[in-house]
Amino acid sequence: MSAREEVLARIRAAHAAAPPPDLPYATLARDYRTTSELDHEALVERLVDRLLDYKALVRRCSADELPDVVATALRERGVRRLVVPAGTEPRWLAGLADDVEVLADGPGPEQHLSVAALDGADGVFSACAVAVAETGTLVLDGSAGQGRRVTSLIPDYHLCVVLPGQVVADVPQAVRALDLTRPTTMISGPSATSDIELNRVEGVHGPRTLEVVVVEG
Amino acid sequence: MTAVRPSSPVLLGMPALPTSPRGTGHLRGDESFPDAARRSLTDTQLRRNLGKATRTIRGKRAAVVAELPDWEALREAGRQLKVHTMAHLPDYLVQLEEAVTARGGVVHWARDAEEANRIVVDLVRAAGADEVVKVKSMATQEIALNEALEAAGIAAFETDLAELIVQLGHDKPSHILVPAIHRNRAEIREIFLREMADVDPELSDEPAALAAAARRHLRRKFLSAKVAVSGANFAVAETGTLAVVESEGNGRMCLTLPETLITVMGIEKLVPRAQDLEVFLQLLPRSSTGERMNPYTSMWTGVTPGDGPQAFHLVLLDNGRTAVLSDAQGRDALNCIRCSACLNVCPVYERAGGHAYGSVYPGPIGAILSPQLTGIEDNASLPYASSLCGACYDVCPVKIDIPSILVHLRAEHTETYAAEHRVPSAEATAMAAAAWVMRNPTRWTLALRSGRLGRVLGRRRGVIGEVPLPVASQWTATRDLSRPPQQTFRDWWAAEHASAAPEPDGPGADGPGADGSEGAP
Repeated sequence: MSAREEVLARIRAAHAAAPPPDLPYATLARDYRTTSELDHEALVERLVDRLLDYKALVRRCSADELPDVVATALRERGVRRLVVPAGTEPRWLAGLADDVEVLADGPGPEQHLSVAALDGADGVFSACAVAVAETGTLVLDGSAGQGRRVTSLIPDYHLCVVLPGQVVADVPQAVRALDLTRPTTMISGPSATSDIELNRVEGVHGPRTLEVVVVEG
Repeated sequence: MTAVRPSSPVLLGMPALPTSPRGTGHLRGDESFPDAARRSLTDTQLRRNLGKATRTIRGKRAAVVAELPDWEALREAGRQLKVHTMAHLPDYLVQLEEAVTARGGVVHWARDAEEANRIVVDLVRAAGADEVVKVKSMATQEIALNEALEAAGIAAFETDLAELIVQLGHDKPSHILVPAIHRNRAEIREIFLREMADVDPELSDEPAALAAAARRHLRRKFLSAKVAVSGANFAVAETGTLAVVESEGNGRMCLTLPETLITVMGIEKLVPRAQDLEVFLQLLPRSSTGERMNPYTSMWTGVTPGDGPQAFHLVLLDNGRTAVLSDAQGRDALNCIRCSACLNVCPVYERAGGHAYGSVYPGPIGAILSPQLTGIEDNASLPYASSLCGACYDVCPVKIDIPSILVHLRAEHTETYAAEHRVPSAEATAMAAAAWVMRNPTRWTLALRSGRLGRVLGRRRGVIGEVPLPVASQWTATRDLSRPPQQTFRDWWAAEHASAAPEPDGPGADGPGADGSEGAP
């Protein structure tokens, strides 16, 4: 008997010996909250509050101000070599100073930046798919402007733009809005560890600085 | 061939499903819990480190749990999802296999630790690698994969900070979530200075500096690794999606940079549908690190061209899990999502530390999981490593009734022992004697009065230490008993209600406050 057949047979034997309770999927209790009473403005406030609580930097602006705000954030961080994923809205980077080198991560494997190039960059710019207000979580799913998973991982600084329509209340709303079969990364604050005396310390292997531009409007 | 659990009276009529075989893996300690605990109880550094860490995490968990008005509804949803999944495990496993395969992954099945290790070693060799980077994983700890890789000439590098501390310290993990919880910052600094070739000799013991040293130490490994090994927090049967929940970004490094990814996962880690993750992604971070959400959650489904590893292998591990499933009362232990909340609230864990449990699964969940995975006879002392206070049940995000399962396993152990030895155990004899005494009021009253003998035993320290009698010696080896009161409740009652029998026994003879006046002999 193959291992597969044997393991499946063992499970069936276990069930036969001790019949499990019948609890059909459709009847499972789901009495937790899946809606929110907060309006959009309150959701944005909560998102900003949670982001700050987890040591992310936050800027808020209107859609018109976005190019200037992005350029200012990069200048203040001293970012000279910026990774930009395929499909990034060109207008968002229109304010970039001339001395910022754009490292474009192409759409196909031939145009992908090497790991060494990513490691040599000062930062990465990205959009997101969804932002979760209750937990201060940004979700990237690899679609246009969000990049491959490594692009938002290797550079030490990550600048992420959240658009008004992307803010959802809590985890259930986010999970329902996403297609989790896409390569998905949920990011809540910068890289952190709690491994030393169970105190939270920011900054280990992922980006040590996470900056978020929350676009209002 | 795998070891087969001998059938016992408790299991009569049931198929003897194989438990995790002896000889491979880290589910059995070298000594019993009381023996190991007696030593760790004398380690004041350990107790200080553990006390501080568990106090911190208890406070954080309570605060973020209190934020959610629907916490109890989430727990119930989590519990029901797990119960449902376990009842339909064959269907969901086959569905997972089909989904992973359809998306370019390869699924392997492993009956036990040895088989799983062999599969991983062969895959690493086939990838032409002689080293792997690892994401922290309980399943690979359980099967002692690092040791198996080493024996095959493959170097395994732990990349989680706590696992790195344990690996560099030639130590064993002592906590499910924070394996180096028994170490403080000064000890970690010492380990890094001693073991990291490239460390700055001026390294301070600031947590930020220690984390930065780990970053420098592992950076090149991440960027050059060809093969990574991970566990999985969740697998979605419907879509074949796997999820790893972490904080440092070491997980993301391993899951996205190497060419080949090998994930080892217990067969119980399934959820039916992607939407079900909305329950567990709320329960897990708040219960484990006391955060609203962990910094990074990675999800991948098979292979995505151009993004992440282009070869993905999923190893589905039994290693005693089906034996657990065959116990109607004990099988809820499989519902565990490895948050470690039960460890952080357990008074026994806080004092004895994780190493005393002998298994990679310490604390209350370990006390019910390890004996079931190995067969009760190989971890017979663990169901007794609890005060049955119930704190673990209160915090469990999927409502595993750990105290009831502990009691159930104690009964199973007692009956197995009696059947195998053809004589009752010392405990059973003592309990039978106690029952005889308790059946009759006169015998009971006499017994209570004779309990005052205990006052003689404890008069030096005010508590009773080790008592050199069968059963009593086992109990008192790791516990101090209070001295019995001078007067039993029944005697007091009789004295207060003078008309009632039996006759009072000279209540004032050994009056109040006599304790302090009793000098050493």
